[in-house]
Amino acid sequence: MHVQLLDLACGALLLTAVLVLWRRELAVIIRVFALQGAVLAVLVGVLAAHEGSAELWAVAAGVLVLRAGILPHLLRRALAGAGESRRETRPLVNVSASLLAAAALTLLAYAVSQPLVQLAPSAATQAVPVGVTVVLIGFFVLVTRRRALSQLVGFLLMDNGITAVGFLLTTTGVGLVVELGVSLDVLLAVLVMQVLTTRMRETFGDTDLDELRELRD
Amino acid sequence: MTLLVPVGVPVLGALVHLLFGRRRATTWAGAASAAVVLATAVALAVRVSRSGPVTAPAGLLRADALSAFMLLVIGAVGLIATAATPAYFRTEVEAGRATTRTAARHGVLVQLFLATMALAVLAANLGVVWVAVEATTIVTAFLVGQRRTRASVEAAWKYVVICSAGIALALLGTIVLNFAAAHTPGTAGLDLVTLSAQAPGLDPGVTRIAIVLLVLGFGTKAGLAPLHAWLPDAHSQAPAPVSALMSGVLLSVALYAILRVKVISDAALGTGFARTLLTVMALASLVLAASLLIGQRDYKRMLAYSSIEHLGLVAFGAAIGSPLALTAALLHVLGHGLAKAVLFLGAGRVLQVTGTSRIDGVRGLLARHPALATTFGAGVLALIGLPPFSLFASELGIVRAGFSAGLGLVTSAALLLVLVIAAALITGTSRMLLGPPPTEDAAGTAAASPVPIALAGGLLACAVLGVAAGGLPALLDLATHPLVVTR
Repeated sequence: MHVQLLDLACGALLLTAVLVLWRRELAVIIRVFALQGAVLAVLVGVLAAHEGSAELWAVAAGVLVLRAGILPHLLRRALAGAGESRRETRPLVNVSASLLAAAALTLLAYAVSQPLVQLAPSAATQAVPVGVTVVLIGFFVLVTRRRALSQLVGFLLMDNGITAVGFLLTTTGVGLVVELGVSLDVLLAVLVMQVLTTRMRETFGDTDLDELRELRD
Repeated sequence: MTLLVPVGVPVLGALVHLLFGRRRATTWAGAASAAVVLATAVALAVRVSRSGPVTAPAGLLRADALSAFMLLVIGAVGLIATAATPAYFRTEVEAGRATTRTAARHGVLVQLFLATMALAVLAANLGVVWVAVEATTIVTAFLVGQRRTRASVEAAWKYVVICSAGIALALLGTIVLNFAAAHTPGTAGLDLVTLSAQAPGLDPGVTRIAIVLLVLGFGTKAGLAPLHAWLPDAHSQAPAPVSALMSGVLLSVALYAILRVKVISDAALGTGFARTLLTVMALASLVLAASLLIGQRDYKRMLAYSSIEHLGLVAFGAAIGSPLALTAALLHVLGHGLAKAVLFLGAGRVLQVTGTSRIDGVRGLLARHPALATTFGAGVLALIGLPPFSLFASELGIVRAGFSAGLGLVTSAALLLVLVIAAALITGTSRMLLGPPPTEDAAGTAAASPVPIALAGGLLACAVLGVAAGGLPALLDLATHPLVVTR
């Protein structure tokens, strides 16, 4: 039961990451991102039920509030200010090539994570490659999208993947201080980026990063 | 308690700026807090050399000789930058490019910046080091974009996105390393001393993944290739005191994290793994800096690429890993910090008096502003490693260590690139300083202004270091001792 739920959550995690890659509508992408946050909370919840740890349940609730509530809300607010242009118009790589790249990244993630799985084989560590895949897909979104908001989503995908890997690898926890610091840092980084997208819109008119041509050699 | 001072005092300084704004009374608060950091660093260095590492009660902070040395660098460069800040803002406010509110906010953020860097070098736990380094990105983002022009907003965006993504890789590396430690008997958690001591027992496959991620991640923040793209933009767009701090210390603080990681890597995987990784990154940085410095037309970007070069050299020293190489690399960190802080502050002054950051736009500076031009010229001479400045001694040390470690080919390549870069820097600088001054109407209206005393002090310190290092060799010796792993 525990293993099936875990696999289901990880499958949903991967699916939402691929959906972000597939869809162009920014509003849809944000909704998918919120869904992924909820899935991540479920994943932590499954681990908490397995461990029977009250602390982990609290963390799951925290993940749900931050990643399915606060962060999507911030993204939506940034999008509301954007007005007309709500589509990722011209990504550097088209959709079908992106999906192929996602498949390649998944294979890469499985190959790279082998030592992690072998060190301590268990249902949780078997699922680690999925988390690594989400990190790689997030990085891919970050470098191939042109809109500031899409890049922001890419960064957050990476972060979701890292969080997933973190929980799958360390049920004992990295330590409360560090975990708290990490969540706070992510929240602050997103706030900073959100303010910067607003400023970019003020100075550049729109947040298409093609406009960013001032600084180069 | 001494360990709380370098983190706590800048936080207090930030509070002072936040509550009272920029007034006559708070003008020198920033410099005072940096001076306290420097004084604590000296006291800590003396104490650590006499009686070994100091640990704070909660076990979250620890200072060994390396931490004390890095704190010394933070204090010294911080003092130079904050002491030059009031004069910088006086001119900016007069020119209408900044308000007193911007200046006050600048004060708050710079103080928090100092606090996060001090936390990064004093943290006893790799996780806390990560949190502190990431916090420096958040604090400095708005400092880079302070002027709110198109170029500076763009620079701030690139800076935050690239550095956050890079540092996220380091987080993944930290998690993986924690996993390896959890499956090694006798270790748990990310305490740096325990990790280094138990490193031989770590699983090699897992540790290899962790080390690559950590070095790439912290390398982003240190401005090493391949994830260096944010650096020239951020350093050229930030206000002068912030560029000085970012280039002078922030890069080295990130490199400090790499040094700590390298100890673990050397003990777990042998010295070859981290050496190959760091040598490749260092050489790539040098090649990149050399190719973009030739024909560089913007003097702030010229200084930024030179930072990539020097951090590449320090990374190369770390890669060699012998006691001589590490001592030279640490001395290089201090020398580069002082010289680069002086140069960025000088460049900020040049920008204020000439109104352009293009090398072509600044001609005959020596005739118009002799004191400023002399400082800038002397700074560049220090930067390319001429005696009596300490960068001469440290570059020589790195090169000698490279040859005696059997890395002759790589060292020769690095040396060649350093010479090319020196030639490019000299060409660019001489075009700025020499030549007839342009006609009077093009010249800035500001009369020949005095050079802030902090700049002269920084250069003097750099020269004194090169001639007589005082008690520093003993400290450096102690600092490099735990970094040398023989396996």
